[in-house]
Amino acid sequence: MTELINLSAAALAEKLRSGEVTSVEAVQAHLDRIAAVDGGERGVHAFLHVNAEEALAVAAEVDAIRAAGGAEADSLHPLAGVPIAIKDLIVTVGQPTTAASKMLEGWMSPYDATVIDKIRAAKLPMLGKTNLDEFAMGSSTEHSAYGNTRNPWDLDRIPGGSGGGSAAAVAAFEAPLALGTDTGGSIRQPGAVTGTVGVKPTYGSVSRYGAIAMASSLDQIGPVSRTVLDSAYLHELIAGHDKRDSTSLTDPVPALVEAAKAGATGDLTGLRVGVIKELTGEGYQAGVQQRFDESLELLKAAGAEVVEVSCPNFKYALGAYYLIMPSEVSSNLAKFDGVRYGQRVLPKDGPVTIERVMGATRAAGFGDEVKRRIILGTYALSAGYYDAYYGSAQQVRTLVQRDFDAAFEQADVLVSPTSPNVAFEFGSKSDDPLSMYLNDVATIPANLAGVPGISVPGGLSEGLPVGIQFLAPAREDARVYRAGAALEKLLEDAWGAPLITQAPELAAAIEEGAA
Amino acid sequence: MSAISREDVAHLARLAHIEMDDAELEKMTGELSVIVDSIASVSEAAGDDVPATSHPLPLQNVLREDVVGHTLTPEQALSNAPDADEDRFKVPAILDGE
Repeated sequence: MTELINLSAAALAEKLRSGEVTSVEAVQAHLDRIAAVDGGERGVHAFLHVNAEEALAVAAEVDAIRAAGGAEADSLHPLAGVPIAIKDLIVTVGQPTTAASKMLEGWMSPYDATVIDKIRAAKLPMLGKTNLDEFAMGSSTEHSAYGNTRNPWDLDRIPGGSGGGSAAAVAAFEAPLALGTDTGGSIRQPGAVTGTVGVKPTYGSVSRYGAIAMASSLDQIGPVSRTVLDSAYLHELIAGHDKRDSTSLTDPVPALVEAAKAGATGDLTGLRVGVIKELTGEGYQAGVQQRFDESLELLKAAGAEVVEVSCPNFKYALGAYYLIMPSEVSSNLAKFDGVRYGQRVLPKDGPVTIERVMGATRAAGFGDEVKRRIILGTYALSAGYYDAYYGSAQQVRTLVQRDFDAAFEQADVLVSPTSPNVAFEFGSKSDDPLSMYLNDVATIPANLAGVPGISVPGGLSEGLPVGIQFLAPAREDARVYRAGAALEKLLEDAWGAPLITQAPELAAAIEEGAA
Repeated sequence: MSAISREDVAHLARLAHIEMDDAELEKMTGELSVIVDSIASVSEAAGDDVPATSHPLPLQNVLREDVVGHTLTPEQALSNAPDADEDRFKVPAILDGE
């Protein structure tokens, strides 16, 4: 069964359509893989919950429809029967949703997120829920209340965050596809440090209904996969207007699969690629910078016109983000109060009033990073500081958007390293919140402006993956797929195989899993 | 910008309904001060002529027809409640009885 887990989602879908393999076989192969590598002391720990019974039932249903043939079989979605993992920030009926927090331990959502509705309708078996930093706050998945996820490339290192579970599941061949959420880079940065593909769609193009809100003006659900084409398939499936999300765009879903296939020819003639001056050089590890420079040479050789663009206000983006995001966090997480759902903790002594129950519940239910951000947000929004902090940050948001507008007059897509560094070791930044926050320096501007971004594997530094990020104007998601697929093709031609085949510990784990 | 004191953090924790012991308050005060110092430059970035942007998209109120649609049943809504009674969420006393 090893070969089934090694397939891309598109290749697996083709085998399912041709009848060469069944969906039950594909799902079982991934469940076996999860059983082999996810648990135990040195397991990847990508999953918080495995949904074996339901996944196999959906797979059997797809197999039965295909076996019966006819119109129903013909109308199956291209990805029908291909298994998927879901970040545990997205609510699902029939499986727990915890947001990796003690606050929601055991919580069972009474409704599905819109993206889950779409995945059910397309009949993708859901393998389970993946680990994350608590309420999506972090860049390392060390802030999960249920333990770290390990990077399959080096089990002593972080898989990125907050979507470390989704990225690690895909990197470790536990799932060909996963869903993540990206507020400041939580799909792209884990993608970069695990050698996978992660996409943040244009804000509003994928419904956020049913994604537990962290910072509503920044959050976006998006795909995680091992190939650009696979992300395009999943992205097209989950995108589209949703009347249940008041910020949902009404635009038609762009032809992303077509764009990825066009990019995979490796021809970038006529594409203007802008290198963001402020997102290279100082602060970026030498190996990361080298891989980035090599990618630029490949893009030029493929016909792209590479120009340097300046986004002078990006230097304020990180600061603005760390005012806007916690401000929205402090508001969004006020609902976790021990009244309607989640745990309720009674004060140890004294009168049991609602106010004291809230204080005790939130003290026990939230981890340190969540508390830090709630308090920071409460401060930024408080009387006397509102204009200096929150108001100023919103002005910076305008400046960042203007920088993007000016840059996109000179270039069709912008490019930068996704993360300034490769995956670091557990604990090395956990006592230094500022140093942790710097991981998202290259991904945050896109969230402030709502533009789409993709991270594709760009090679290795110190034996660990480096990500290359492409950004495009809002609603032009197809451009990041075209550029991303082209770079993927050019690099794979240079390496002779996908990057993920170069992972030493992963390769050993694959052999163990297959044994 | 002013430095954050331990008393400030204690006040913010009360506003945010998060109980904190002395050690937590101490740690949080140090961390917040460092974070706030590092992002202080944000207030100098833009002049008065730059408008604020709160959202990537222009927002407008979204209204729907006033007709009954699909909603959660009382059983579904209460299914995760820590405590419930007669189709209602049951909460501790609002006022201190003492």
